[in-house]
Amino acid sequence: MTLPVFLTNVFYGLALAMNMFVIASGLSLIWGVLRVINFAHGMFYMFGAYIIFTVTKSWGAPFFVGVLAAGAGLAAIALVIERFLLRRLYDKEHLMQLLFTFAVVLLMSDVAKMIWGTDQYSVGYPPALRGAVALGPTILPQYLVFLCVAGPLIAVTLWILVDRTRWGRIVRAATQDREMLAALGVNVPIVYAVVFMIGSALAGIGGALAAPRIAVAPGMDATVIVECFIIVIIGGLGHLWGGFLGALAFGLVVQFGAIFVPNWQDVMPYVLMLAVLLIRPWGLLGRPELSR
Amino acid sequence: MLTRKLSTAAIVVVLVLALLPLAGSRYAIDLATQVLIYCLFALSLNVLIGYAGDVSFGHAAYFAIGGYACAILLTTYRWPLALALPASLVVAGIAAALIGYFCVRLTQTYFSMLALAFAMLVWGVAFKWKAVTGGDDGFTGILVPRLLDNPTRYFYFTLGSVAVGVALLWMICHSAFGLTLLAIRENTGRAGFIGVDTRKMRWAAFAVAGTFAGLAGALFGMYNRGMYIENAFWTESAQVLIMVLLGGIYSFVGPLIGAAVLYLLQVFTNQFTPYWPMVLGLILLAVVLVLPDGLVGLAKRVSGRASRA
Repeated sequence: MTLPVFLTNVFYGLALAMNMFVIASGLSLIWGVLRVINFAHGMFYMFGAYIIFTVTKSWGAPFFVGVLAAGAGLAAIALVIERFLLRRLYDKEHLMQLLFTFAVVLLMSDVAKMIWGTDQYSVGYPPALRGAVALGPTILPQYLVFLCVAGPLIAVTLWILVDRTRWGRIVRAATQDREMLAALGVNVPIVYAVVFMIGSALAGIGGALAAPRIAVAPGMDATVIVECFIIVIIGGLGHLWGGFLGALAFGLVVQFGAIFVPNWQDVMPYVLMLAVLLIRPWGLLGRPELSR
Repeated sequence: MLTRKLSTAAIVVVLVLALLPLAGSRYAIDLATQVLIYCLFALSLNVLIGYAGDVSFGHAAYFAIGGYACAILLTTYRWPLALALPASLVVAGIAAALIGYFCVRLTQTYFSMLALAFAMLVWGVAFKWKAVTGGDDGFTGILVPRLLDNPTRYFYFTLGSVAVGVALLWMICHSAFGLTLLAIRENTGRAGFIGVDTRKMRWAAFAVAGTFAGLAGALFGMYNRGMYIENAFWTESAQVLIMVLLGGIYSFVGPLIGAAVLYLLQVFTNQFTPYWPMVLGLILLAVVLVLPDGLVGLAKRVSGRASRA
């Protein structure tokens, strides 16, 4: 493999990784605060892709308006789900919450079928990012370079939001002791709702950003949710930078797996996850959970 | 006394089912065969959920492994059923033991997700190992022994196998081992304090659950004359989990009832509307919001209220 080919593959891997990171970070954020594994996260991703299709193709809006619409749309859906249903389940067992999110998957999959049918749609690259960029010895599509920039930007934004602001301190306190936080006068239900909305909006934005790379069709939710699980398991559940590392490892393994073991590339992420878990059962940056 | 009542009830149920072919409806026999298979599948999962307290989101993997193993041994290697069926159970059991070894190192959510990810690894292997499994075309044309080449006889074979499987699971769940699992579910820390090797016990439960899921899978493969990669996909794991929950995890018979009700409801719904997922979602919402202990729990509450009145 020559250097330019190698670098091109690295970039394609990174672009995939950053796209996946945007989605997985939302899953990880929701788990970190609400302690709910959101199976509907993949469905939110699919809705994000459908929304950008409708907004850009049917209404003719610019690409980035579509991305924002996907984020806003999913935040709104998340608000409804949290406010009317999920909120009743915080005191129940984990299993019930898990199953609740699966019920959301089933309901939303049929809603998607009713609205968008079962056709495949494609979303074009935004006009401003249709060209190519020469980077060293390689030439890359601008859109992929954009993804490689957008991922770290979102990671840093999330980090500042959660680790460096007063609101972030409240969110982190909510993960530690919900009742104590409420006793100190913080409106915990609103904190939960906002976190769920941000996490879900990230899935929608991730889906919108993925739309130009892939075919938008039913079933895209089922694979992406498992890939997100792999990423957050590798990185450590609820850990922002762990998820970032997990996404990087995932993207590169998928990209290079396609070259070195072409028939088995889909299996490689699981092998990666297995290897990580053998060495660190709680993920690269995760910490052992407290025993129940 | 409860035991005697239960075993009488079990014998009555088996006898009634055994009389079913007399009704002469091919449709009823086929439906009953499928329901029986899913009953066993759901019951095997409840060893993990209801007894060990480990919610596996990847149980379809062992169903698929058992099914594929039986299919491959019967068809590719022309083994007789008397060897292929036990061998496929062993394969499913060993696979569950291997995967379970890693899963039981974690608990709760981490356990669920790891079990799911391993199941997807199994799915990926079934998908890509085309030479052996047939890939996404599925493994079709399973050679079933001539003796079972008839819906009625296959129904009796399934009924017998499932009855033996359920009886074995009943003994396992009510043995000292089953009670130990219950102690682990209720309080893992305290179970550890009294000297129970909780990880080893959960590991054993994982292997047992996988073995019986393998039996269900083998029966399913022979019934359908084919195994498909969808049988290992995580949505299949979710479906059986819903069966278990709908019936109720806190009773032995709950999963049997849940599996039967959900499967029949699916067949019934599909006759009227293509939107089965939405119906299933609404059922699940009802279970989560108002029926946390399932249909069996509901029945207990209703009969409790009636006896008080």
